Amino acid sequence: MNPFATLARLVDEAPRRALLLLAAFLAVLLVAPVVLDRYLLSVFFLIFWFATVGQAWNIMMGFCGQLSLGHALYVGLGGYIGALLWVKFGISPAIAIVPAILVAMAFGAVIGWLGFRFGIEGVYFALLTIAFAEVARIGFDNWSFVGGAAGFFIPVSAAASPVNLRGGPMLFYYVALAMMIIAFILCAALRRSRLGHAWLAVREDAEAARALGIDVFRAKMAAVVISAAMTAVAGVVYAFYQNNLFPSQTFDIARSIEMILAPIIGGLGTLFGPILGAFILTPLGQTLIALVEKIAGRAIPGVNLVFYGAALMVIIWFTPNGVWPWLKKKLGIPEGRE
Amino acid sequence: MLWSLYANVLVQGVLTGLVYGLMALGLSVIFGVVRVVNFAHGEFAVVGMYAAFVLFRSFGIDPFLSMLPIAAAFFVIGYGLQRTLINPFVSRPEHEQFILLVGLAIIMVNGTLMIFGPDARSANLPYSFDSWEIGAIIVDKVRVYAAIAALAVAALLFAFFRFTATGVAIRACADNLVGAAVVGLDVKKLYALTFGLGLACVGAAGALMVTLTDATPMIAPAFTLLAFTIVIIGGMGSMTGAIVGGLLIGIAEALASVLIAPSMKTMASFGLLVLVLALRPQGLLGRRA
Amino acid sequence: MTPLLDVRGVTKRFRGLTAVDTVSLTVTEGEIFAVIGPNGAGKTTLFNMIAGAMTPDAGTVTFAGTRADGLPPHELCRRGLARTFQIVRPFPELTVLENATIGAMMRAPDMEAARTKAGEVLRQLDLWDRREAKAKSLTLPDRKRLECARALATGPRLLLLDEVMAGLRPTEVDRIVAILREINRSGVTILLIEHVMRATMALAGRIHVLHHGATIAEGTPEEVTRHPKVLESYLGAEAL
Repeated sequence: MNPFATLARLVDEAPRRALLLLAAFLAVLLVAPVVLDRYLLSVFFLIFWFATVGQAWNIMMGFCGQLSLGHALYVGLGGYIGALLWVKFGISPAIAIVPAILVAMAFGAVIGWLGFRFGIEGVYFALLTIAFAEVARIGFDNWSFVGGAAGFFIPVSAAASPVNLRGGPMLFYYVALAMMIIAFILCAALRRSRLGHAWLAVREDAEAARALGIDVFRAKMAAVVISAAMTAVAGVVYAFYQNNLFPSQTFDIARSIEMILAPIIGGLGTLFGPILGAFILTPLGQTLIALVEKIAGRAIPGVNLVFYGAALMVIIWFTPNGVWPWLKKKLGIPEGRE
Repeated sequence: MLWSLYANVLVQGVLTGLVYGLMALGLSVIFGVVRVVNFAHGEFAVVGMYAAFVLFRSFGIDPFLSMLPIAAAFFVIGYGLQRTLINPFVSRPEHEQFILLVGLAIIMVNGTLMIFGPDARSANLPYSFDSWEIGAIIVDKVRVYAAIAALAVAALLFAFFRFTATGVAIRACADNLVGAAVVGLDVKKLYALTFGLGLACVGAAGALMVTLTDATPMIAPAFTLLAFTIVIIGGMGSMTGAIVGGLLIGIAEALASVLIAPSMKTMASFGLLVLVLALRPQGLLGRRA
Repeated sequence: MTPLLDVRGVTKRFRGLTAVDTVSLTVTEGEIFAVIGPNGAGKTTLFNMIAGAMTPDAGTVTFAGTRADGLPPHELCRRGLARTFQIVRPFPELTVLENATIGAMMRAPDMEAARTKAGEVLRQLDLWDRREAKAKSLTLPDRKRLECARALATGPRLLLLDEVMAGLRPTEVDRIVAILREINRSGVTILLIEHVMRATMALAGRIHVLHHGATIAEGTPEEVTRHPKVLESYLGAEAL
């Protein structure tokens, strides 16, 4: 599994038209900050961020068929570890992502072990993931070393320091963009790898996968652990972007759900789905918030979420496979290819 | 006296647990028959709470009385929902059902938020703080009333499933869907009835809940989780299991909040959940799939 | 020659009902061995115990000289025992090629090799033209052959086939019989569990007959069809 070889192959196999479109799109994203104001930069940051965590979640649900509703756990763990190490010990987030990844992987492994060893599947497994996120929320709420329910804050420094994730929206734009692209390449490589095929087999029919020599337990564990690790990295970045962490928001089930919308709407199990979903959903939600604020004269909390809820229902009703498979056809990409 | 503390906690846990049990009963009945997990369950409970709250504040109708029209209204809503929205999803994959209902839940919780705001609302019944003293045990009157009402509704539901023709038909659907269709039962209608009954339970439970705790939109996901946890502990689809699970969770929460810390009550129920999942994944009273 | 598969006195009970009662059989390397019997004879239970999907209550299963009962299915597959499912279970949302590739990747050094191997197997089973189609879009005969292809792609020494001919039309049965002969000639031992009598007689070198969970006869097709117990309990009833 060599990401670069995969990239070369992807470029090789993709139809010319789709490739050109993608290249143009990337070029626009690279130069866009020149014309974007602070607000739009922050919107794009959110798009890239949700595309990244969406891709991470998609590994578990889209590739391996394991429904996690507690991914906020890994965001929170990554965020708190990054913030703690920086504020309390002066350790750069560039280094802190290593412990962040390791801790998230450990938690993922425990959840996976509990679930998969005892044959807990589907909604039962989903509940287990929620339970762990909730336990983490309560734990952090009561842990005074990290500020408890009053929150944990990263001081804003005047001097920009990109390695330490200190800087303006422009910095976070590029960090999140890079994160999204790296996640994509990683997912593409995984999707084509032996492990990726094992995941697909497990998703489609675990019993049949077992009969073909696939160790189903190991495949599922790998999915949880890798997904947790990717999400934790995004968590570190989010903490430094927000500069604050509150357990009640960070580990909230609403956050977990918000994270999974993009891949579902974009197309579960596809490579482009989570990215496409984030590009559709986040701007719509943000526009709605701004619009309501303009009309009502004040922010009404929950408006964008009502919209998300309606979007979910409409999409799952009409195109349960998401937008990407539909768009793929329009772009002339044959079925069975990305 | 330490034992009196335990006894007080235990009694309080049992009484609250019965209301929890009624809420979970709705979820369990729906899952047991329609095979759909109602992920908007806690949201319905919260809407029930607000309905009781508004009826009390605006018209002075006691929640113990308003729970009846609320349950009736919820039955109609549930019947309609199953007929229109949920029935097309009955044979769809689990995650699609889940997404549909999560969408509904998000709309409900944030809709409530937009209407009532984020602040906690208390019904403030005139007898909210009345209690009986039995030796060293102090029992809140509202808790007793709520527990009795919850038991009564649950008993009605049990009786319905045991003694009425429709109830037996619904159980036949749950046991053997193909068989039920073959003997000419109108499965769609029975599903809709079941969903209605499930929501009636949660509506009544919501009305009762408002006598015990404050209403806030943000508590909805916690209620969904609570009901879900109870049902898994008791056994998916088992009606008795839902009540037993409710009692267990009620007691566990009460004990944890007194003995450890109030914030630890959710921890206790999740600890119980993990234990049950590890030792008996089908739930205490559930049948192995 | 040491037997490839040695089943010794296996028994399986379900709630007091004995589905398989002390059955023993040996499959020699290179042969086509069939287990037949009327519905409810315990064929599938026996099959599941050999394939690792169930653990016998008594008795042993030895594969290629080592104990195999109680091993998980994926471990058995690694040792060279591949199975198909009676009700075919292709990965519906994946293409035919991906289905076969997943089977092939266990022994392939890399994914490219797995794809090549999968391609070979698909050609062998007349599925190459359908390689880009999603498995769910295949017809039943195609799906049955895909099921075989996937199992064969794992590079097994012993191929366990659970009623691959059931539900097929005679022409399709002939086609799959020819393919199975070809697979056997290439060195794969085959154990099939069948209901379709004529094809089994034509294909198998030795046949083991089960009735009510117990062995009633074993031998060449000619011997078995002449066996009085077989005639009485099975062939007589179903009028071959």
